[in-house]
Amino acid sequence: MASQSLLTATPSGDLLELRPGGAWTTANVTVLEALSDGIEPQLARSKAVKVDMTGVRELDTLGAWLLEKISRRATSAGHRAEVVGIADNYAGLIEEVRQVNRRNPAPAPRRNPLLVRVSDIGRSAVGATEDLTVFLEMLGSLFMAIVGVLRRPRSLRLTSLVYQLYRVGWQAIPIVVLITFLIGAIIAQQGIFHFRKFGADSYVVDMVGILVLRELGVLIVAIMVAGRSGSAYTAELGSMKMREEIDALSTMGLDPIEVLILPRVIALICALPILSFIGSLAALYGGGLVAWFYGGMGPAIFIARLHEAVSVTHFEVGIIKAPFMALVIGIVACSEGLRVKGSAESLGKQTTTSVVKSIFLVIVLDGLFAVFFASIGM
Amino acid sequence: MQEAAGQFAIRVHDLVVGFGRHVVIDHLSLDVRKGEILGLVGASGGGKSVLMRTIIGLIPRQSGEIEVMGAVIGGAQDRSTQNAAGRWGILFQQGALFSSLTVRQNIQFPLRENLVLSDTLMDEIATAKLEMVGLVPEDGDKFPSELSGGMTKRVALARALALDPAIVFLDEPTSGLDPIAAGEFDALISTLQKTLGLTVFMVTHDLASLNTVCDRVAALADGKIVAIGPMHELLQSEHPWVRAYFHGKRSQMLQPKAS
Repeated sequence: MASQSLLTATPSGDLLELRPGGAWTTANVTVLEALSDGIEPQLARSKAVKVDMTGVRELDTLGAWLLEKISRRATSAGHRAEVVGIADNYAGLIEEVRQVNRRNPAPAPRRNPLLVRVSDIGRSAVGATEDLTVFLEMLGSLFMAIVGVLRRPRSLRLTSLVYQLYRVGWQAIPIVVLITFLIGAIIAQQGIFHFRKFGADSYVVDMVGILVLRELGVLIVAIMVAGRSGSAYTAELGSMKMREEIDALSTMGLDPIEVLILPRVIALICALPILSFIGSLAALYGGGLVAWFYGGMGPAIFIARLHEAVSVTHFEVGIIKAPFMALVIGIVACSEGLRVKGSAESLGKQTTTSVVKSIFLVIVLDGLFAVFFASIGM
Repeated sequence: MQEAAGQFAIRVHDLVVGFGRHVVIDHLSLDVRKGEILGLVGASGGGKSVLMRTIIGLIPRQSGEIEVMGAVIGGAQDRSTQNAAGRWGILFQQGALFSSLTVRQNIQFPLRENLVLSDTLMDEIATAKLEMVGLVPEDGDKFPSELSGGMTKRVALARALALDPAIVFLDEPTSGLDPIAAGEFDALISTLQKTLGLTVFMVTHDLASLNTVCDRVAALADGKIVAIGPMHELLQSEHPWVRAYFHGKRSQMLQPKAS
């Protein structure tokens, strides 16, 4: 379409006569915007402007606003502006558009970028202490809830507990077994490959046994549970928070900690040691298979060496950590869930935070336990 | 505006929609004239929203034809539906504002996706729409979670109107609003309909808005349109469900304007 037909400008002396025509609608917006910006120099030169709208066939808010903008530019420069030939059916729209955009909202005050950076750092430092407070608060309220349950054992939500156990324990078994099996196999393969250079292949059994039982079994399982069940907890509690379900519980005189969070955390604390145990077995099994097929060490020899290499202590060191890791995962997941605000974005953000934070804390906790066990000689 | 394209904005012919073996819309036909406000009433769970969502292509149909502004509507992924989508705006019951965007960005979203225009103009248009629905420019920087129910509806209406559509679908626009806010919203719809020359398809239970703003009312029962016409004609209707709807206890407050 010829852009001329949309707007004709005829300057006559001091008067600029504009004849918009055709469809001043959203469909032509790109052309229209260019046109209305294009006549600005002419507009600035002339003392008065007259807009003759007889030729306009179609008009919508956008077109009306662009025309209104032209006459506003003229009036703000102290010129006269006049609009004629408005079709009856567009009179209301033109009148409506004349009222809008009269008052510019106060622009947001510009801030010094350096100050913004510094204040961000300050905020995140304050945020870190807040994180700690939230963690301790959740730990405290969980403790209170447990005390409450001990005083009135019937207030424990047994159905919910069993259901959560089924979800985070039973349903997690296949994936936990698969991954730990593979990890055990990979460690054994790497060990055999490198130890063989020194003729020390048989020590692979010691390495796999100690590593899996003391550290890797529980750590890998805890990380998987944080990703699998921790994120689910955060998302569930977060969307319940968004839909005011948690507020509804509180107004019925029920404690959300007792009803929602305690069964979830207890389920995790029960499930994680069991999963760690199953995972460690799977890893040893994987290691044994690789030692047999790749390293040529028969199952009988593997088991015999394993008996010599590991003691119950190693197993204890690993499994003692599991409930504590579960507690950390549960507290982080639930408290992040309760921090979800109204938007979908905040739900996503809190879920990410929950997983990242609980994996980080699980590893830190593992380090602390390593120091502790070393100092007590276990 | 375009008389050549026929006098109907929406034509639904012999439509059947069901889920599994459960038929919700049963051989329904309905025509909506250009430039009218049509109110659709029906029992809760009776398929009003299903009908609306089928017309806009969100729910697949089993048989029947739907035409909106002369374009045949397929599914939501269908190209002709997407082309037609530029010609309608939809106000969902809960607003369905994008919660991660500000009010202004919500209104600008359809503009940004469909058109090429400068940021300044986009801001001006967004503010213009905000003011047209009775909000102030400062509201543009708020997030949907900071809005009251009435404001959410207004912003959602502003977003539905962003592209200056020919048809607006409103799903229970006044539900959850107090009578004053609902009255204001009705007046707003009526004003905008006049200024912008809109066709409005409104699903509602609000007897007051049926009475004040709707040009025609269609009653949906048993998957069919059982009565359609101006409010005073519907009040005369002999259909048992329509009688129960308009002459029930809760309807006693209704004082027909023209009967």
